[in-house]
Amino acid sequence: MNSVLEIIDLEVHFPTRRGPVRAVDGVSLTLHAGERLGLIGESGSGKSTIALAVMRMIKPPGKIVGGQILLDGVDLLTLSDEAMRRTRLAEVAMVTQGAMNSLNPVIKIRSQMIDGLKAHGVELSKSGYEEKLGELLTAVGLEPGVVDLYPHELSGGMKQRVCIATAISLKPKVIIADEPTSALDVVVQRQVMQTLRRVQDEIGAAVILIGHDMGLMAQFAQRVAVMRRGHILEDSEVHQIFANPKDPYTRELMESLPSFDRDTRFMQVIEEAAEEVAAVAAAQ
Amino acid sequence: MSDPVATNPAGTPLVELRNVTKVFGGGGAFSNDRVVTALDNFNYTIQPEPATITAVVGESGSGKSTMANMLLGLEKPSSGEVLYKGKDIWKFSRDERRTFRREVQAIFQDPYGVYNSFYKVDHVLTTPVAKFKMASSNEETDRMISEALLAVGLRPEDTLGRYPHQLSGGQRQRTMIARTLLLRPRIIIADEPVSMVDASLRVTILASLLKLKSQFGISLIYITHDLATAYQISDHIIVLNRGVVVEQGTPDAVVKNPQHPYTQLLISSIPQADPDKAWGESPADSFDGTGDLRTVDFSATLAQNGH
Repeated sequence: MNSVLEIIDLEVHFPTRRGPVRAVDGVSLTLHAGERLGLIGESGSGKSTIALAVMRMIKPPGKIVGGQILLDGVDLLTLSDEAMRRTRLAEVAMVTQGAMNSLNPVIKIRSQMIDGLKAHGVELSKSGYEEKLGELLTAVGLEPGVVDLYPHELSGGMKQRVCIATAISLKPKVIIADEPTSALDVVVQRQVMQTLRRVQDEIGAAVILIGHDMGLMAQFAQRVAVMRRGHILEDSEVHQIFANPKDPYTRELMESLPSFDRDTRFMQVIEEAAEEVAAVAAAQ
Repeated sequence: MSDPVATNPAGTPLVELRNVTKVFGGGGAFSNDRVVTALDNFNYTIQPEPATITAVVGESGSGKSTMANMLLGLEKPSSGEVLYKGKDIWKFSRDERRTFRREVQAIFQDPYGVYNSFYKVDHVLTTPVAKFKMASSNEETDRMISEALLAVGLRPEDTLGRYPHQLSGGQRQRTMIARTLLLRPRIIIADEPVSMVDASLRVTILASLLKLKSQFGISLIYITHDLATAYQISDHIIVLNRGVVVEQGTPDAVVKNPQHPYTQLLISSIPQADPDKAWGESPADSFDGTGDLRTVDFSATLAQNGH
């Protein structure tokens, strides 16, 4: 398989008074064309920082201080700002948890989607845009008539699907989905994830799904990388990681997931947590 | 401490919701709102003992938070009654209301929103003690706060004197649990208490909540969209969909043998942590009872806009 995205020794630091925080500390990761990679870790593990680094959207004072991010062999870190602007959406698109809130509340969906296309040099006739938008919305399971609505007239799940429609509008090679369904209910989550799955398959894009839910990873990803404190602890094929997690932290992540079985470790983990709670009081 | 709320004769439930209905909308000169029945003829009883955990499961718009607000006395039912120790909470005297306010406590989803970021966390702990006159001296206040923090696994020296942003989400939520403990409540309503924290912190918070029941004999109403944690920690599950109880029973009955299509949809939507257990096709198109009320409005909105 060809690698479409190659992250080599990436270092992202955030300066603080007590010295730099190494949010991403020497991470290397390869994404193959059309592959679905899960990147899992808890808050502060650095998983979203990797996503922002690939988009070159790290906010100062945060800074990429080392490494390479190769998209089809081209190092994104060497591109001019203008070249990077053109690369976003066209080559690498991102859908975040708050993507639905990035829609402008006073502009109808039509204008927002057309703006995205125009900003990347897609010039079509009025009916051409209409047709393109119709196709994109249909692809994510929405009616073409949605173009005439304002964001507040859509539910969270529908807004997130509009964002996915926008993300695929230029057929990017890579889609980064950073907790795209964390703000959604479980039923809508499935609809949105299955939509994402279908469209990435249709346009042949590779996806990095960032999250903290091992269940979602099991259902979506072909390969899972586990992150903690700026490092990748483990990077394995999905069946492998569930059947035989190598790192104790991976095991911990899985055991803290409740399920519909009585004989899993979950309640044991809770009891252990309760013992730790009791130990704190006993130590006083 | 004497109990100004009418004494609790044997057999009187601690809490009883009788045919509680809450209707929103439909009024106002500028309103073209439809009437939304947020909660429809809801019945539920909690006995004084043994302490139990009841999970109320549903999506946004299912009515679960409306139900919590009714129980807390934050919203008045459109019809029906909310009884506490046999008495309608909207007919309480001042003293009865005060006792009710202390004995029925709430924990909310976002443990950050509760804090005033300009005050140290001590503030949320000392305020209720003072307000409800739980302690007779500053020393007693300090001792109670230390005990409550330790009960949820927080070291007082790591917690007190700090600002909310200096605590983790898990520490903030456990501080809120400690706060409720200070008031010696009979019931705690926990509205999505773990949906904003990481998995590893979630278990510690759930452990603290379980301890409320087992060690302090406090009954818990656990409001959540997560049927899996509901299955693991509760004694009884109520499934709400658009304000209506579609199913209830023991966790095993509801989860292992769901009767209602909405319960089945909720269960099948949960991504299982097993790559070989397929998620399956989304049945959402065939079942229109998802809690997403706005989805239902969609065609009407389109029609309004001239389509």
